[in-house]
Amino acid sequence: MSGPELAPFAVEAAGVAKRFGRITALKSVDLSVRTGSVTTLFGHNGAGKTTFLRIAAGLMRSSGGHLKIAGRDSVKEAAQIRGRIGVVSHQLFLYEDLTALENLRFYGDLYGIDRPEERCHEVLEQVELTHRANSRARHFSRGMAQRLAIARAFLHRPDILLLDEPYTGLDQRAVGRLNGLIDRFREGHHTVLLTTHDHHLGFTMATDIAILRRGEVIHTSSVGDLSEAEFDALYERSLQ
Amino acid sequence: MTFFRQLFTILVKDLRLEWRTREAMSAMLLFAILVLVIFNFTFNPDRELVLIIGPGILWVAFTFAGVLGLNRAFAAEHENGCLSGVLLTPIDRGGIYLGKWLANLVFTLVAEAILLPFFALFFNLTLTSELPVLLLVCLLGTIGFTAVGTLLAAVSANTRLREVMLPILLFPITVPVIIGAVESTGLILNHETAGLRDLLRLLILYDIIFLVSSTLLFDFVLEE
Repeated sequence: MSGPELAPFAVEAAGVAKRFGRITALKSVDLSVRTGSVTTLFGHNGAGKTTFLRIAAGLMRSSGGHLKIAGRDSVKEAAQIRGRIGVVSHQLFLYEDLTALENLRFYGDLYGIDRPEERCHEVLEQVELTHRANSRARHFSRGMAQRLAIARAFLHRPDILLLDEPYTGLDQRAVGRLNGLIDRFREGHHTVLLTTHDHHLGFTMATDIAILRRGEVIHTSSVGDLSEAEFDALYERSLQ
Repeated sequence: MTFFRQLFTILVKDLRLEWRTREAMSAMLLFAILVLVIFNFTFNPDRELVLIIGPGILWVAFTFAGVLGLNRAFAAEHENGCLSGVLLTPIDRGGIYLGKWLANLVFTLVAEAILLPFFALFFNLTLTSELPVLLLVCLLGTIGFTAVGTLLAAVSANTRLREVMLPILLFPITVPVIIGAVESTGLILNHETAGLRDLLRLLILYDIIFLVSSTLLFDFVLEE
């Protein structure tokens, strides 16, 4: 996977909107995610976090506005962008009747990664699933399946990670492992955009934060600008 | 990674999943054999009647079995949002379609290969000398049927009534292929060669049109 071209922003959204018939999921999202940052997107249920991440991942077309990923147009250069993004979503993207290793090999082959067997074992080790490499995903607990989904997202060494509620189902130890992976990922000048309802985790992992309300970004700031208590107060105030 | 390797990866994954679960194949075979048994008991046909209605019965069994297989084709892709996972990769959308289509083609042809002896047994037919041409008709008819079927299975998989929606969408569009296949099968069973060549040409033409257009359209049906 080639390195990023170091565009100043990994994600640049200008007036991104999404409507489903008469329902407006995103009114107009303006958001710039700095390259090399960990940006946490906060917001209540239905604020539009998942919709925005699906549009950024290329799984959904926006109804309006412009979106650039790593400096490239998300519609015109979608194919080039896809290989540079890793996604963890509510959906696990795992075939239940394939083993953990087979799932990773399948995706690895589609991404065209080098030395796939070696890389699959490497990411399985990173999420502590080596001992279950040959077990079918069907027999995994929710937490284990989530760890396998995280391994799949890291598999092709993406430049940008889009993590939608990545802590779902993870125990304390697995949360620590994931945070370690995110920290190491960021050291390579890579970018993470994540959503979580866990304020503490989302705040401590972030370098930047954004708050989404009813399909609009109503606040963005750097984490260094405010304490966690100040953020909590700001969050409650801004959503009233 | 080449286009064909991506296509092969999808095909192997589908074959492996079916080998593990045998869900599609068992449903297809059970249902199609029931169709043959019911027609056999209902008409209790003599040899003359078999040569008239036999081809239609055979292709009813094939297409009904095919619909069941096609409905299953995207069920696994929708569990856990796997299709989204595949769409996140840089693979060509046409490659996804062709991989899924090849898997459906293999499943349907295997089911047909098992059903043909049952058809011959229930309707007291000896198919030895006609078998090579009959197999060619089965291949050509199934290519066209599964080419459209794979595209429409992707469309209907996103609807609430997917099991009903697929046959509603599929049968009107595949009428030319089914008629061509039934007519060809009738000629073969009656040992007639006049007109068979034209029907085979027609089937080949439909196959090419359906396969090319479905490959090009697949990207659009996947959009949310």
